[in-house]
Amino acid sequence: MPIKFPFSRRAAPSDAWTKCPSCDAQVFNRQLERTLRVCPSCGHHFRMSVGERIDLLLDPNSFEERDAGLEAIDRLGFHDDRPYADRLEGSRIKTGLRDAVVWGIGSIDSQRVAIGIFDFRFMGGSMGVVVGEKLARCFETALAERIPAIVVSASGGARMQEGTLSLMQLAKTAAPLVRLDESGVPFIAVLTDPTTGGVLASFASLGDVVLAEPKALIGFAGARVASDTVGEELPDGFQTAEFLLVHGFVDAVVPRGELRGTLSRLLRLLPVPTVADDDHADLDRAWSPIGALSGLAERVGGAVSESIGIDAPGEPSENGSGPSGITVPATSDTEQDRT
Amino acid sequence: MTDITPAIEAAPPTPEAMEAAWRRVQLARHPQRPRTLDLVPRIFEGFFELHGDRAFGDDAAIVGGPAMLERQPVMVIGHQKGTDTESNIARNFGSPHPEGFRKAQRLMRLADKLGLPIITFLDTAGAFPGPAAEERGQAEAIASSIKLMTGLQVPIVVVVLGEGGSGGALAIGVGDTVLALENSVYSVISPEGCASILWRSREEARAAAAAMRMTAADQLDLGVVDVIVPEPGEGAHTDHAATARAVKTAIMSSLQSMAGRGTAELLMTRYARLRGMGAYLETGAGPSRPPEAPSLRRRIGRLLRLPGVPRRPRWSEIWPSDDGDDESERGA
Repeated sequence: MPIKFPFSRRAAPSDAWTKCPSCDAQVFNRQLERTLRVCPSCGHHFRMSVGERIDLLLDPNSFEERDAGLEAIDRLGFHDDRPYADRLEGSRIKTGLRDAVVWGIGSIDSQRVAIGIFDFRFMGGSMGVVVGEKLARCFETALAERIPAIVVSASGGARMQEGTLSLMQLAKTAAPLVRLDESGVPFIAVLTDPTTGGVLASFASLGDVVLAEPKALIGFAGARVASDTVGEELPDGFQTAEFLLVHGFVDAVVPRGELRGTLSRLLRLLPVPTVADDDHADLDRAWSPIGALSGLAERVGGAVSESIGIDAPGEPSENGSGPSGITVPATSDTEQDRT
Repeated sequence: MTDITPAIEAAPPTPEAMEAAWRRVQLARHPQRPRTLDLVPRIFEGFFELHGDRAFGDDAAIVGGPAMLERQPVMVIGHQKGTDTESNIARNFGSPHPEGFRKAQRLMRLADKLGLPIITFLDTAGAFPGPAAEERGQAEAIASSIKLMTGLQVPIVVVVLGEGGSGGALAIGVGDTVLALENSVYSVISPEGCASILWRSREEARAAAAAMRMTAADQLDLGVVDVIVPEPGEGAHTDHAATARAVKTAIMSSLQSMAGRGTAELLMTRYARLRGMGAYLETGAGPSRPPEAPSLRRRIGRLLRLPGVPRRPRWSEIWPSDDGDDESERGA
């Protein structure tokens, strides 16, 4: 049985060092691990994998992944220089992930949260149907369990290979946030390098609190598109976290070492209002698919909610292997491809 | 359960498919194609245009205001392209800045307050990507517009007139029923943009247009569009009046089909429609877990207090960084 001792590493030199893209310093990889992937000489924040994010932000052993089994389908039969299915497979092998987002329940200083985390290595963190579905379920679970939602984004935007279906994920992920508003459940968006395009143009801009990592690229259109469009040089620091802070679209730029503590503080400062057990109207509101509905029900004497009587869509299945991923009533005759 | 196989086998677009898709793109961009303000007086009566977002300015690339549709007051909102160079410059070629979306939001809130159904017309290549738009929060304006529409308590009918260009279109395009003119197109990114990223050449826009399946018929198949409105003759540009009649009929029948719905049912159906966008596989794979039992290496390392030996199971062991980011895998 081969025993690998830590001092007998035979790592190739190219694996042992990483060149900082910001200051050109050669950083020892082991050191990079200890500094949370922040360059020790210039403070450049390297991108993190989803695994490193979980280790960084959540209490040890607290994270339980949900909906791990969701996989994308090539609904368009998309083919550029190679088929979309090949790109997916390549990303799966490279990252060990099934798609660009992992979500689950975890805790930060013992405060339970529903958290979704992007991994940029999976097709540039692009948002297709599976990413949208996982985030929608993350928000719906936050609503149902009355725990705060957090999404850590790192994405180039919508996934072109899924066409307008990926565009529709902007609406699919924004819609549950209306319900969080109505039910008093906070949502914190953490923008990391890069957060652009359709992801920024949906939930990532809609946090009750929006945090960003230093120098992260954050913008709607690619900087190249923007400079092509106006045909002039862009201002210094255009589309960085600091640029957005100055212009009022980010609440705070938080260095990585302080991120976990900052989230913990915010969770304490922005608690989910408690619902009295004997107040059924409010309980209904927390669980109802549409807060406005039960708001209406309260006004007209509770008659409406009974007469509608449907379950909250996307109620999480316990083991991720439930018979139907999402159980949406109505319009099912036009939606043939849902599993 | 329903079928989970792809609708078609992945293959490079054929020349015929490219030509067919490109013909639609050109019709959707036709200079004589009817714009929002060409159709509004033919469909509605007494349209009163409202201006300004009450925060920064007025964006001529989005127009809107109340109007009467067969004696029923409604709120009309649409992208507005120009008809010649001068008006196109004034309208910024129909590409809104954030203040355009914020004006739209203001009008939607007014409609919500008064219970007016909302009719929107989509005709934009996309939200404007310039620095001024970024400074004023283009992404936030689109995001909050989309979010607002998902929760409005009035019926929303969306009409894709010409180009449905990405987030700039969806920002006023979340609705209960989405109608599309026969030769309109709808896409997550312009075919030129898609081609320059995935084919690394804008010249491949035809291939991208076919691959993205952006024609109205494709969108109907994908479930993004609910109804296709036929165009007269060779296309809508040949007969604005006939186009307006067809669009009006389709809007009326959409509104009538929603007439019986209460607010709760309306919102629930809209949520379900969005929630069902796109198919995916639900494999039985259980949750991932970091390695639980301490490895021999970790045990020995901790015993000898060697540096760099992890003390607890770490998720980064199953999902590590590899520093091999493929920058070509970009999104839109």
